[in-house]
Amino acid sequence: MAEIVLDKVSKKYPDGALAVSEVDITIGDGEFIILVGPSGCGKSTTLNMVAGLEDISSGELRIDGKRVNEKAPKDRDIAMVFQSYALYPHMSVRENMAFPLRLAKVDDKTVLAKVEEAAKILDLTPHLDRKPANLSGGQRQRVAMGRAIVRSPKAFLMDEPLSNLDAKLRGQMRTSVSKIQKQLGTTTLYVTHDQTEAMTLGDRVVVLRAGYVQQIGSPQFLYDNPANLFVAGFIGSPSMNFVPATLENGELRSALGTTPLSDRVRRLAEAADAPREIIMGIRPENFEDVALVDPAQRPGGATFTAHIDVLESMGSEKFAHFTVEGEVATAAELAELAADSGSADVPGAESQIVARLSAASSAAENADLEVWYDADKIKLFDPTNGKNLTYTE
Amino acid sequence: MVMGTVTTGRKLRWGLVDILVLVFALVPVLWVVSLSFKTKDTITDGSFIPQSWTWQNYADIFETSEFIRALVNSIGIALISTVIAVVLGTMAAYAIARLDFPGKQLLVGLSLLIAMFPQVSLVTPLFNIERNLNLFDTWPGLILPYITFALPLSIYTLSAFFREIPWELEKAAKMDGATPAQAFRRVIAPLAAPGVFTTAILVFIFCWNDFLFAISLTSTTASRTVPAALSFFTGSSQFEDPTGQVCAAAVVITIPIILFVLFFQRRIVAGLTSGAVKG
Repeated sequence: MAEIVLDKVSKKYPDGALAVSEVDITIGDGEFIILVGPSGCGKSTTLNMVAGLEDISSGELRIDGKRVNEKAPKDRDIAMVFQSYALYPHMSVRENMAFPLRLAKVDDKTVLAKVEEAAKILDLTPHLDRKPANLSGGQRQRVAMGRAIVRSPKAFLMDEPLSNLDAKLRGQMRTSVSKIQKQLGTTTLYVTHDQTEAMTLGDRVVVLRAGYVQQIGSPQFLYDNPANLFVAGFIGSPSMNFVPATLENGELRSALGTTPLSDRVRRLAEAADAPREIIMGIRPENFEDVALVDPAQRPGGATFTAHIDVLESMGSEKFAHFTVEGEVATAAELAELAADSGSADVPGAESQIVARLSAASSAAENADLEVWYDADKIKLFDPTNGKNLTYTE
Repeated sequence: MVMGTVTTGRKLRWGLVDILVLVFALVPVLWVVSLSFKTKDTITDGSFIPQSWTWQNYADIFETSEFIRALVNSIGIALISTVIAVVLGTMAAYAIARLDFPGKQLLVGLSLLIAMFPQVSLVTPLFNIERNLNLFDTWPGLILPYITFALPLSIYTLSAFFREIPWELEKAAKMDGATPAQAFRRVIAPLAAPGVFTTAILVFIFCWNDFLFAISLTSTTASRTVPAALSFFTGSSQFEDPTGQVCAAAVVITIPIILFVLFFQRRIVAGLTSGAVKG
């Protein structure tokens, strides 16, 4: 149980590369914080600095109000779960989990009792005498968790602990990680680049990009009010659609038709002194088949005709993919996101729009569909610096 | 069936090659074994299987203290050299595999240089040095050069093993509260055990078989090892041929090596690190 404070923590490598730059995070006692970002954004480096596996170049790391920059990992009383699990292959599951306690010179009886207890929480009791080599991926992952929880440390650090599991198991383990954390109430710092984990697990999410903190907030807040293009594009799956647009006389003109801005959006845009050329962002769920929209609601949005290339029917909803004519929204942030997700390698991916339609929609592949979207849900971004012009606290 | 005949043909070819290699390697050994069991009159009869069997040669070599003393020297010197070379080699190899320190390349280069250096050219200087330091004809006088020449071997073999151990295990040990020394002793060293045993075998064989240093740096039974002692074997008179006894001694000194390998072979279990990390 502890509060962890990162005060302007930076990491600069000897070759001059800046991996993490002035990160300020205050992790409250018992809080579950997620560090998320594309690969190479500095999230693992940040975690390693908290762990003590990497030196902090500048800034201060405080655990429970005490500066720990110079302390060795073993003196910080923090447990870590590694992406590769890092189980000791020559020890049984029991000894793997007991290892931290043995090092702390806890007497044998207490050690065995604590291991039994942790094994019960993690459902590992029947496997205690086996070697890690004979366990499945999910079991190994749980042993790694067990090794972390058995000595009741001040905090847990988890470095993409679920990324080596298959999709179904990952879902189950996600739930159990969350349950265990709530049950133990231990401060947790969790690194992931899976944004589903980021959305579902954490109390708060920290989005990192190239070593800089982009935004910190609850998952829902980040989803609803992204501070900039990067956060908007990173949080959410399928991600937000971006279309270049022109702002003129309170109207927004784009490849998705022309729409008057809602009062709320207009006020925010004016307050932010929005330029003429902007990038408009709209989430897939803000689209709808026009036939299914209440006629009273229709004037609050714009309608356009889309030629649907691909239609994915999920049963409860339908994802319609279509291409818009005209220019493609370009910004440094978007290029980086595309590179990370791999969509930069897919021709034409930038101009793809994804709309989430109701399952009742009559949309069909290779057919035209009248699509409506809610003008009040639009986000406007400054293409030069990526700032969200419609940001509200 | 075409596949079948091809496989049988291949099997036959490889079988023949295998037998050829086995015969090539084992016939001299078996010949020595055979000679050691022959009586003095039949030793030159040229037959592979002794006409009349005898234990006399073995009884003869154990009759005098000369051979037993040499055996004790050999075992003592080889074991001490092996232990020291492997312990030092383990530490050096770990540093080379894990740490980045100034002069690392130099260290690796130097140890390679030692391994390449012709030992013959060092015998005369070593002889003079050891005489001045009163190390000549003592156990340390042989142990020291053995360690010097065994170290490069053990460093190279062991650093290859250390490189295979996932680094994350060490990080995990540190996070679990281990000091670097504890992490090494309780996590890394047990995992490197197969490598350590392999190296130990190689170093032991090197020390056990050495003849050059053993003959040059010793003069009495105080430190003369078996390979050197063998060359001093004589018959009871100068006209007598000690071939049978030399062969018996050669068979005897092969036994420790075979035991050593058999004993450690069980511990050289491949894939001990499987299950440490994903996969």
